[in-house]
Amino acid sequence: MSKTLMKGNEALALAAIKGGCTHFFGYPITPQNEIPEFLAREFPKAGGVFLQAESELAAINMVYGAAAAGGRAMTSSSSPGIALMQEGMSSLAAAELPCVIVNAQRGGPGLGSIQPSQADYYQMTRGGGNGDYRILSLAPATVQEGAEMMMMAFDLAEIYRTPVFIVSDGMLGQMMEPVEFHDRPLRELPEKDWTVVGHGGVRPPNTVKTLALDPTVLEQRNLTLQAKYARIATLEARHESYRTEGAEIILSAYGSTARIVKNAIDLLAEEGIAVGLIRPQTLWPFPVAAFAELPDSCRMILTVEMSCGQMVDDVRLAVNGRLPVAFYGRSGGIIPVPEEIAMKVKTLLGRA
Amino acid sequence: MCNERILCAGFGGQGVMSLGQLLAYAGMIENKHVTWLPSYGPEMRGGTAYCNIVVSDSPVGSPIVTHNATCVIVMNLPSLLKFEQSVAPGGLLLLNSSLIDKAPDRQDIHSHAIPANDLATECGNGRAANMVMLGAYLAISKVVSPGSIALAFAKVFGSKAERLLDLNMAALHRGAEAVLQAEQAMAA
Amino acid sequence: MTVVHARSKGLTDRETHYCPGCTHGIVHRLVAEVLVEEGLLNEAIGCAAVGCSILSYNYLNVDMVESAHGRAPAVATGVKRVHPNKPVFTYQGDGDLASIGTAEIVHVAHRGEKITTIFVNNAIYGMTGGQMAPTTLPGQKVTTAPDGRDPAHAGLPLRVAEMIAQVPGAAYVERVSVHNPAAVRKAKKAIRNGFLCQMAGHGFSLIEVLSTCPTGWGLSPIESLKWLEDNMIPYYPLGVLRAPEEA
Repeated sequence: MSKTLMKGNEALALAAIKGGCTHFFGYPITPQNEIPEFLAREFPKAGGVFLQAESELAAINMVYGAAAAGGRAMTSSSSPGIALMQEGMSSLAAAELPCVIVNAQRGGPGLGSIQPSQADYYQMTRGGGNGDYRILSLAPATVQEGAEMMMMAFDLAEIYRTPVFIVSDGMLGQMMEPVEFHDRPLRELPEKDWTVVGHGGVRPPNTVKTLALDPTVLEQRNLTLQAKYARIATLEARHESYRTEGAEIILSAYGSTARIVKNAIDLLAEEGIAVGLIRPQTLWPFPVAAFAELPDSCRMILTVEMSCGQMVDDVRLAVNGRLPVAFYGRSGGIIPVPEEIAMKVKTLLGRA
Repeated sequence: MCNERILCAGFGGQGVMSLGQLLAYAGMIENKHVTWLPSYGPEMRGGTAYCNIVVSDSPVGSPIVTHNATCVIVMNLPSLLKFEQSVAPGGLLLLNSSLIDKAPDRQDIHSHAIPANDLATECGNGRAANMVMLGAYLAISKVVSPGSIALAFAKVFGSKAERLLDLNMAALHRGAEAVLQAEQAMAA
Repeated sequence: MTVVHARSKGLTDRETHYCPGCTHGIVHRLVAEVLVEEGLLNEAIGCAAVGCSILSYNYLNVDMVESAHGRAPAVATGVKRVHPNKPVFTYQGDGDLASIGTAEIVHVAHRGEKITTIFVNNAIYGMTGGQMAPTTLPGQKVTTAPDGRDPAHAGLPLRVAEMIAQVPGAAYVERVSVHNPAAVRKAKKAIRNGFLCQMAGHGFSLIEVLSTCPTGWGLSPIESLKWLEDNMIPYYPLGVLRAPEEA
């Protein structure tokens, strides 16, 4: 298939269909509306089910029901809507139900703005829901990468029996870029013998549940989940390195911000200042290993985010005190420009 | 080395979004790296609508055009007031003089006043004013060929494309003519 | 030896955790019997809700999914949209359905979702220890209204069946009780009608079952049955509130 120019949101929607999604449940919120609008139009033609829910609470619980019944279900929303879904996220993680959730992040806290933001990093990697759980979070930086990650997401969700986040934002969702769709690689998927589909009189009833009143049972449950999370952390952490060789400072940024940071790095290179980028492509698991192999030239890490400083916590944990970690961020829906990031780097190097 | 950063602004219905999409699509057809980023939200409903387009030989980092625009296209007065400062020094400002009777303040940029609505009306429909502006921009920048725009037209306008193509290509050429004549007049 | 009465195949062998005199056990049995008698047991998928009946999946011999508080109708919607031809039901109490889950129950009816809701109304939060529910009667003493529910402060009890019957997508709505054998027989008929309505594709069905909570009410099992009859039925009248025309 040849290239086509698509909005990030629409590319995610089409990639969901190509990724084997069977059910979409969602509630309108800017800036992700092109996803439900595309699916309302295109999904039925592909045999999928689109349903607009009465709220984000209902939407995530419809995903829960559909996933429990064996569907490949998804929802999409934006920051305040994702906050409403956190109860469901905790339940989905606890019940080990595979599903995909898109978060087109916008400025917060509260209703905030509808402009791009990355201030939901905690919400997605730490969980706003209760209990010890983690959600695999994929963070694309281009429309193409978003489509590729979305196409993989449903298989990953089934392989690990986990919800998967696609971490987008208003900018990645609204912008158009060329995108090319390829067939997704076929992966061996585990048999779904745990779904609620009616026992048919041939087996004991299946129950999908998260209540475990006996503390020893619940602790064991947690240990099982943690073992799964450790496996995901080992196998699924991803990052991209850009011009890190010989870099005096290595910047760390994800998604939209990483694109802008690349511009800043190129600007600085023109001035003879060598800086590089480590771009996490998974936010959880965080690509800790990338920060263990820093070049000797690197004196400092600078984390850049469209937030007041959230991912920087994980960068500090990964660097573990070996180097200073600085932060630069814009918030409220303001997108930093390459020049201000370059200026921050020069200030840190004493060359402003 | 192509690295065009274009801002295109006007009121809703003037076709600024589709102008930008045509440009991005044509760039893609010519194997360039492109991005198109719209303003969105309440601004879409009646206020000033604008989009950012980057057409480049290398992968696009930031899709946002700030004060580094190689070209700003403004279709109405509020857009001129809002975006005149976005043109990089030495950059290009194309303004629709059918609706803007104010001259730009900047002296460090190349400005062209193009009566886009009038020229489009001459071509058969005033609504093709956006194509007049696009034609003018392409005549100066040569960032993509008019042929690629014609190919892009089918992508952006779908089933309506065939019916509208002749009018729009005529408007594209009229815009190119107008700006080239103006340049010749200035040179003379 | 002749078997006069046997445990329904729709129930598991497990002993329930319900308090003595609680009527959840009767309602479970009715659901189980209807599913067996209508040949729906093997295909049925249930959604358990937060409240005393959260563990209903231990007692009903069907595949079940446990739902977050109030969300069973949304969960059931997800299930039904994956298996549109299978019988899907929710089993919810009044704290769950009439308080935290009002949006979900109204909209499952509004969409005409082809599921059946068994709504067990005992006018109190039983599981959490006897707090006031939206269905608690005026003057009824509960732990969060120790002097009795004051309508001036907490409003009048919500009549769920009447409310849902107004929603265009609701196809079958009936309120029944289980305070005596005659009432139990009527309740079973209503539950059957609910499932038949679902399987015929008419739309959403809700059976409100007036039920007892001897522990929460501070009454003996026998006193509870009488209290239900004397106090709940006058406020929550029994009967069919909505039915498809051909039913």
